[in-house]
Amino acid sequence: MAMDDVVTPRYAPGQHPALPAPASTVGVVGWLRANLFSTGPDTSLTLVPFGVAFLAAAWFGGVSIMGSIVIGILIAVGVRIVARVAFGNPVIDNTVLTIVGAIIIFLIADVLLNFTIFDAVWSASGRADCAKSPDGACWGFVTARFSQFMYGFYPDAERWRVDVTGIFAIALIVPILFGQGRIRAYAVGLFLLAFPIVGFILMYGGLGLEIVPTNKWGGMMLTLVIAMTGITASLPLGVLLALGRRSDMPAIRNLCIVFIEFWRGVPLITVLFMASVMFPLFLPEGVTFNQLLRALIGVALFSAAYMAEVVRGGLQAIPKGQYEAASAMGLSYWKSMRLIVLPQALTIVIPGIVNSFIALFKDTTLVLIIGLFDFLGTIQTGLNDNAWAAPNVPMTGYVFAALVYWAFCFGMSRYSVRLERKLNTGRQH
Amino acid sequence: MAEAAQQKVASAAADEVAVELSGVHKWYGSFHVLKDINLTVYARERIVICGPSGSGKSTMIRCINRLEEHQRGKIVVDGIELTNDIKKIDEIRREVGMVFQHFNLFPHLTVLQNLTLAPIWVRKQSKAEAERTAMHYLERVKIPEQAAKFPGQLSGGQQQRVAIARSLCMNPKIMLFDEPTSALDPEMIAEVLDVMVELAEEGMTMLCVTHEMGFARRVADRVIFMDEGQIIEQNAPETFFNNPQHERTKLFLSQILGH
Repeated sequence: MAMDDVVTPRYAPGQHPALPAPASTVGVVGWLRANLFSTGPDTSLTLVPFGVAFLAAAWFGGVSIMGSIVIGILIAVGVRIVARVAFGNPVIDNTVLTIVGAIIIFLIADVLLNFTIFDAVWSASGRADCAKSPDGACWGFVTARFSQFMYGFYPDAERWRVDVTGIFAIALIVPILFGQGRIRAYAVGLFLLAFPIVGFILMYGGLGLEIVPTNKWGGMMLTLVIAMTGITASLPLGVLLALGRRSDMPAIRNLCIVFIEFWRGVPLITVLFMASVMFPLFLPEGVTFNQLLRALIGVALFSAAYMAEVVRGGLQAIPKGQYEAASAMGLSYWKSMRLIVLPQALTIVIPGIVNSFIALFKDTTLVLIIGLFDFLGTIQTGLNDNAWAAPNVPMTGYVFAALVYWAFCFGMSRYSVRLERKLNTGRQH
Repeated sequence: MAEAAQQKVASAAADEVAVELSGVHKWYGSFHVLKDINLTVYARERIVICGPSGSGKSTMIRCINRLEEHQRGKIVVDGIELTNDIKKIDEIRREVGMVFQHFNLFPHLTVLQNLTLAPIWVRKQSKAEAERTAMHYLERVKIPEQAAKFPGQLSGGQQQRVAIARSLCMNPKIMLFDEPTSALDPEMIAEVLDVMVELAEEGMTMLCVTHEMGFARRVADRVIFMDEGQIIEQNAPETFFNNPQHERTKLFLSQILGH
């Protein structure tokens, strides 16, 4: 701006300090200038409708000054949108998107809030209560069935064991996700080595605890067992497979390629079905293999193959010079992978890894087809109950399932954003 | 002048041999990159290797620490022959430092962590000891105040000095420089060369692939000229620059010194 030139003092050559950017290009003023007042006609297109609407509202409509200002702004923005659409402005700018987005959110929120809150039935003892408000959710169904959604058919008297396992898991996962240094390392060690054993004894039984066979396991508990096993096993397995696929040794490389391509080539449903129906045929007679364990292995290997390809993408993004520098210092293959290559490669592919975890979490619902009743499975079982046969109950069940799955997946997604931000501090190349 | 150089080499000959390449050949696929390379480097000798791009000079020094594999001939480094034996390769790499054209610092680690990584994991030093050594070398390359920063926050010249310090932390017997100033702005070349000159004056055995002819004149005991995978000519710097023997050397020198 010409005015800025006049007020800017002159400096001797080499003495010019860095000055703050003019207020007109940054912040609120910058936004308003860029979007509403960028040119002369642009400014009048904003101000004239505002003025007309304001005067009309204040003088002829008898609206208060504040109300008139709001109406003026709304009309002005509306005119801008119409002008942009009508005159084919090449840029559909933020203003338009914001308004359209707000309208869509309003419409969705209206439907959702009415169903989940305003028209909902909060306590019910059966289908008669639910049917009283057929346009709203029947949360009474969820509360009545809640413990089954959580524990499946796990015996009531023993459910404390699942709770204790859950508390252990949380006590370890929190320091793994948010802890630092040594505490975190101990938590990882305990989670990988001690927790599976303790958790298994607590939930399955033994050592004086009554045995609860895995076909009684169900609900959220089962979902979490499958998801956590899958997630914990697939990452290290995937890393090994990815390294193997890039190995110089043809035997290892080909083995990894065959493994990855086999598991990626078949649908998870097929894997689970084969594990459940075909696998026992290969076993000698009398030898049985736990149904849940088969599903766990199937899910873990399946997601490891996907994970391997995600990690391989990261490995390929690491410049050759990093490998060379590590080798030139005398670091062995495994040390250079662990200290130099993998920390960088895994950081790059965090979005892909979390993507796989989220997909895996939701894919656990497929165990329903081999007769395991996970969280979604127990909800569906509840829907078949005649005592709750009301028109709004199925919708309630599925909305509840969606909300719970969404909360878990959104949590993972937010954590990955946090982690990326933390790892990127000061590390720009 | 030529005699003086001969004498210098002769006196070095009494010393131990640091690196010996005899009859080394290498191919990339069917492309013959190194053709019958014979070179003996004595301890505390400073060697500058120059030549047109694609002449095999980088490949040759990368064979010395086995970043590249040679297919024929014999390479002996610090008394150890390079074979497929991974233990021997690691043994050699511990004693041979390397500085790259593109620095190759580890971007996910701080400067200090870059310097202490190999001493801790390869030399099995304690963290405190490694950090003491690291700070010592950071002071020598004149950037101790950057220790806590990440490489991406430093200028190119500073990064290359960190890379040199990183190699020195392993207390190497031999240093290889692969075009250490080629990726730097003119103003930063000087700060890196200063560090290299100091290192040369302290008696480090150095093999430098570089086109910094001022540096070659100032510190080299021998300048080697390579073309098309062969060593065409090697001589003390005075002779090499003032009285080149081969037509190819004369042409090369007239091109790079002509400006």
